Amino acid sequence: MSDDQRRVDEISGTETTGHSWDGIEELNTPLPRWWLWTFYACIAFSAVYVVLFPAIPLVNEATQGVLGWSSRGNLSEELDEVAATNLERTELLQAVSIEDAAADPSLRAFAIAGGRAAFQVNCVQCHGSGAAGGAGYPNLNDDDWLWGGSLAQIEETLLYGIRHDQYDFTRWSEMPAFGAGILTRAEISDVAWHVLDLAGLDVDDVEAAARGATLYYDQCASCHGDIGEGMDDLGAPTLNDAIWLFGDTHADIAKQITAPRHGVMPGWQDRLGEATVRQLAIYVHGLGGGE
Amino acid sequence: MSTPNENPGLLAKHGAIEKNVTLLLALSFVTVSIGGIVEIAPLFYLENTIEDVEGMRPYSPLELAGRNIYVREGCYVCHSQMIRPFRDEVERYGHYSLAAESQYDHPFQWGSKRTGPDLARVGGRYSNDWHVQHLIDPQSVVPESIMPSYAFLMEAQFDMEDPAAHLNANRLVGVPYTDEMLENAVFDLRGQADPDGDHDGILERYPNAVIGDFDGNPDRLSEMDALVAYLQMMGTLVDFSAYEPLENIR
Repeated sequence: MSDDQRRVDEISGTETTGHSWDGIEELNTPLPRWWLWTFYACIAFSAVYVVLFPAIPLVNEATQGVLGWSSRGNLSEELDEVAATNLERTELLQAVSIEDAAADPSLRAFAIAGGRAAFQVNCVQCHGSGAAGGAGYPNLNDDDWLWGGSLAQIEETLLYGIRHDQYDFTRWSEMPAFGAGILTRAEISDVAWHVLDLAGLDVDDVEAAARGATLYYDQCASCHGDIGEGMDDLGAPTLNDAIWLFGDTHADIAKQITAPRHGVMPGWQDRLGEATVRQLAIYVHGLGGGE
Repeated sequence: MSTPNENPGLLAKHGAIEKNVTLLLALSFVTVSIGGIVEIAPLFYLENTIEDVEGMRPYSPLELAGRNIYVREGCYVCHSQMIRPFRDEVERYGHYSLAAESQYDHPFQWGSKRTGPDLARVGGRYSNDWHVQHLIDPQSVVPESIMPSYAFLMEAQFDMEDPAAHLNANRLVGVPYTDEMLENAVFDLRGQADPDGDHDGILERYPNAVIGDFDGNPDRLSEMDALVAYLQMMGTLVDFSAYEPLENIR
């Protein structure tokens, strides 16, 4: 690595580094200017950045930067801005009763826009993107409501959920497992035929349905009603319509009587806040089936 | 460009480094270490690295078992567990994640890619039934989902012969499991999935633990029970009513 071998290469016209290994020399080609200046600009930029933004860790905390920027502060400003934009209408929405809010055209439009957005994020996983539900998850477009389909009832369901023990106000009902010692298999089958009869569906075994009628009055009518009209206060489904949560075959119904499945809906008060829940209630009520 | 002529002494010394591979390696290591120390070391002493929160506790044995299944099945490949402080994420998933919330994760499950949604606050968002149905056949509840089926978790023999050993392993890396927790590990593991059992001890050791028969089959403790117990806990521990966002701006 001696300096005396430095020379200008004849072919390229570039100076060599002076390094020579077994006669092989290295060109000392300078860095491209554009690259070099970009590099210097980056250094200058970083010096400014370090002053303006949080950067250098010191003893207890990092330097905060002259601008006082922080990602969480930035977010909270952004959220405050959104809240401020909607503040007037959000307050109005909560100041009046939900029925009045839904009747007011401008509040209704506001609620439906916000409700639709919240629905797409939080509700579609169970109730489906078109709110048509699925096996075990109620369809929200029809007029069959387990726990009531008025605005106030929908709002209550949204706030506290159904069978969601995180909330004291959650509504709860539990159909007994009739297969666990209350009715025999044959009796359950009879009742299931009667339920099909109530719903106006095809009954293969008319005699069994007749036997089931007596059992139904004794065991089921107190919640589901004499003619299967259901009861909102207890979340007892209507049985005399064509809408079925867990299936409408004899086997499905017998299975449900034997060991009932109970749907759980989470409450959304803490997660979404009361204003958003009210928007959702008005949106869901307006899907088509609201009472 | 400096030339050797201008400063022959320094370059001659540098030549010595270039010609001695051991010295080159040792000094390279020193140089890289300085960079690493400057970036990493402050995280261990800066006061604002981990915020003060209330409610964080070590995972219950059943949740820990579920977490092991979560890791085993590679859920982290598609699901992150970190809500970043951006408006779109906060409005979709909930409050942004705090460092304190993953302090008992070994290893953490933050993730750098989302094929599915973030799961940091999935706890309490859906019913147990939904989780079970979704894990068995995701498309039955979310038709557009591309998640594969995990139906075998219902059948899979739940294999955690010595839960206390798992707790102890975590204790060795800093999770504050107490001796009492270790002693009751088997009891707590089974008890959390038994809605009819005695839960006072579990809830005292693991406040806010979700109790229940998670997989819909009370007679059997399946891997589904453990995984759903873990999912139902996620993001629910920190008490945000006692959290001051303005004191934790960063």
